[in-house]
Amino acid sequence: MSDAPSVKSIITPTRLEYEFRVGGAHAEFLASLAEGKLIGKRCPGCEKVYFPARASCPRCGIAMSESVEVSDRGTVTTFCIVRVPSENIDLKLPYCAANILLDGSDLPLIALLQECEAQDVCIGMRVQAVWKPKSEWGPTFENIRYFRPSGEPDVAAEMLGAWI
Amino acid sequence: MAERCAVIGVGQTRHESKRIDVSQVGLVREAALRALEDADLTWKDIDALVIGKAPDLFEGVMMPELFLAEVLGGTGKPMLRVHTAGSVGGSTAIVAASLIEAGVHERVLTVAYEKQSESNAMWALSIRMPFQQALVAGAGGFFAPLIRSYMRRSGAPEDTGIRVALKDRINALKNPYAHLRFPNIDFDQIAESPMLWDPIRYLETCPSSDGACALVLSDQAGARRAPRPAWVHATAMRTEPTQFAGRDQVNPQAGKDCARDLYAKAGISNPRREIDCAEIYVPFSWFEPMWLENLGFAPEGEGWRMTYDGVTALDGDLPVNMSGGVLSSNPIGASGMLRFAEAANQVRGMAGEHQVDGARKALGHAYGGGSQYFSMWIVGDEPR
Repeated sequence: MSDAPSVKSIITPTRLEYEFRVGGAHAEFLASLAEGKLIGKRCPGCEKVYFPARASCPRCGIAMSESVEVSDRGTVTTFCIVRVPSENIDLKLPYCAANILLDGSDLPLIALLQECEAQDVCIGMRVQAVWKPKSEWGPTFENIRYFRPSGEPDVAAEMLGAWI
Repeated sequence: MAERCAVIGVGQTRHESKRIDVSQVGLVREAALRALEDADLTWKDIDALVIGKAPDLFEGVMMPELFLAEVLGGTGKPMLRVHTAGSVGGSTAIVAASLIEAGVHERVLTVAYEKQSESNAMWALSIRMPFQQALVAGAGGFFAPLIRSYMRRSGAPEDTGIRVALKDRINALKNPYAHLRFPNIDFDQIAESPMLWDPIRYLETCPSSDGACALVLSDQAGARRAPRPAWVHATAMRTEPTQFAGRDQVNPQAGKDCARDLYAKAGISNPRREIDCAEIYVPFSWFEPMWLENLGFAPEGEGWRMTYDGVTALDGDLPVNMSGGVLSSNPIGASGMLRFAEAANQVRGMAGEHQVDGARKALGHAYGGGSQYFSMWIVGDEPR
C-alpha cells in the first residue's frame, strides 16, 4: 500500500437554475402586483377564493376564471417563531413566519410578521401589509416588505374554523 | 387478494449523522445483506427489486437508482423506484407487497434509504418559490404552525410533547440501531432544550440521519417455509393536495380515509382494542397525539390523553414507537420502511429489547410532504 492519505469524500457542488413560465393566472397576479393590487381567483365549483391567483382549483380540479381582488389586511391563523438559522434564509433571528388569511381569500399564505415582539403574536391577530414605496413596485410579491399588527381587535379563534 | 404476502427478512443499518465509512452503495448493501441473511436467501433468490428514497436534492445525486440497481442484484431483473416524499419508505414496501399479492413475483427485495450528510436536507426543503419570500425553515418551520393549531384546538397540556419525546428517547436506548441515544435523558433536559421552531424544542425534534432499511417479501409458499414470517394483512395509501381552501392540515382527510380503508381491509373494527402496538411516523413529538387521532385510536382532541396516561409507553396498553421512532433515527427515505419493519419484527417476536410481549397484530405508518401522503400496513403473526 502507498503512504498517500486515504480519500473519504470529495465535494462536488450542484447548481440549479430554472426559468419559471408563469402561465395565465400567475401572469395576471404578477402584473397586478406591479399596480399594488392583490389578485386571486374564485373557483366556479366550491366558490372559494385562492390567493395568489392560480389556474385551477386544487380541490375541484376545474379551471378558475373569475378574478377577485383581496385585501392587504388579514388575520393570523397560526404561526411559527423561527429561532434556527437556515442556509438560504437571510433574516435576523428570531422571526415570525405567520399563516395569514387575507380578507377576501379562503387560503392562508405564509408571510413575515414584523413590528411585533415574538411573545405578542397570537392566533387571531389582525395584520396589514407594509408596502415598499410605489416607485419600487414591480411584478413581484416582494412589493410587500412584511406584515405588521394593524391594531384592530383580535378575531375569536372560533371564527377561524378549520384554519386553526 | 390473489396471493398472500409476508415479510421473511428484515435488515437495517446503524443510523448516524454521517456514515462516512460507506458510500450510498455501501449503505444500501449493508441493509440489503442483513435482510437477505435474515431471510436465509441470496441475491439469486430475488425476483425483483423496489427502491425508494426521498427527494434527490437530499443527496444532490439525481436518479441514484441508476447505479443502485446493479449493486442490489438488480441486473437482469425488474426494478422500480418509488417516490412519495417522507412516506416513501412505506409506499415502497407497499409497491413491493403489491407485486407479490398480484402474483407477479415470488420474492421481492425492497430497499429504502437516505444519506442526508451528502447534501443538506434543510436547504433542499427551503427552496425559494418564484414569488414568495423564503421563510419556511425546513420541515420544522412548516410543521410548527400545525402543532400550534393542535395545541390550541385540543387544549392539551403544554408538556405533552416533552412526555412523548421522553418516552421515545427512553425506548431508543433499547434499540441498538438508533441514531440518538441519551443514556441519562430526563424530562428537564427536554423541557430546557432550546426552542428551534417555537413551539418545537430541540429534543422534541428528529435528527438528520444516514441510514437504510431493507425487507425481503415472499409469497405464501415461501413464507410457509420461513421460521417467523410477518403476514401482510392489509396495505393502504392516500394523498391530498398540500393546500386547498378548508383543508384540515392538523387532521388531514387523506390520513383518516387511509386508516379507515386499512382497517376495513384488515377486518379490524376497533383499532384501539385489536392492534397490539403501532410504529407511527412522528418527526416532531406533538405528532404522536395528532396521528393517534387521525388513525382513529382516540377521539379528536383526545389523543394527548393516551400519551399522558402512559397508554403509548412500551409497557402500556397500546405501545407506540417501540424502536424510539423517527425522533431517534431519521434517514428520511428509509424512515417509513423502518416503521413498517418494526411492525413486522414485533409480530415476528424479533424486536429484541423493545419487544412488546404477545404482539400479534401491528400497525406501520408513514406520512410525507405537507402531511399529504399517507402509507400504512397491518402485519400479523398469522395469515389473515
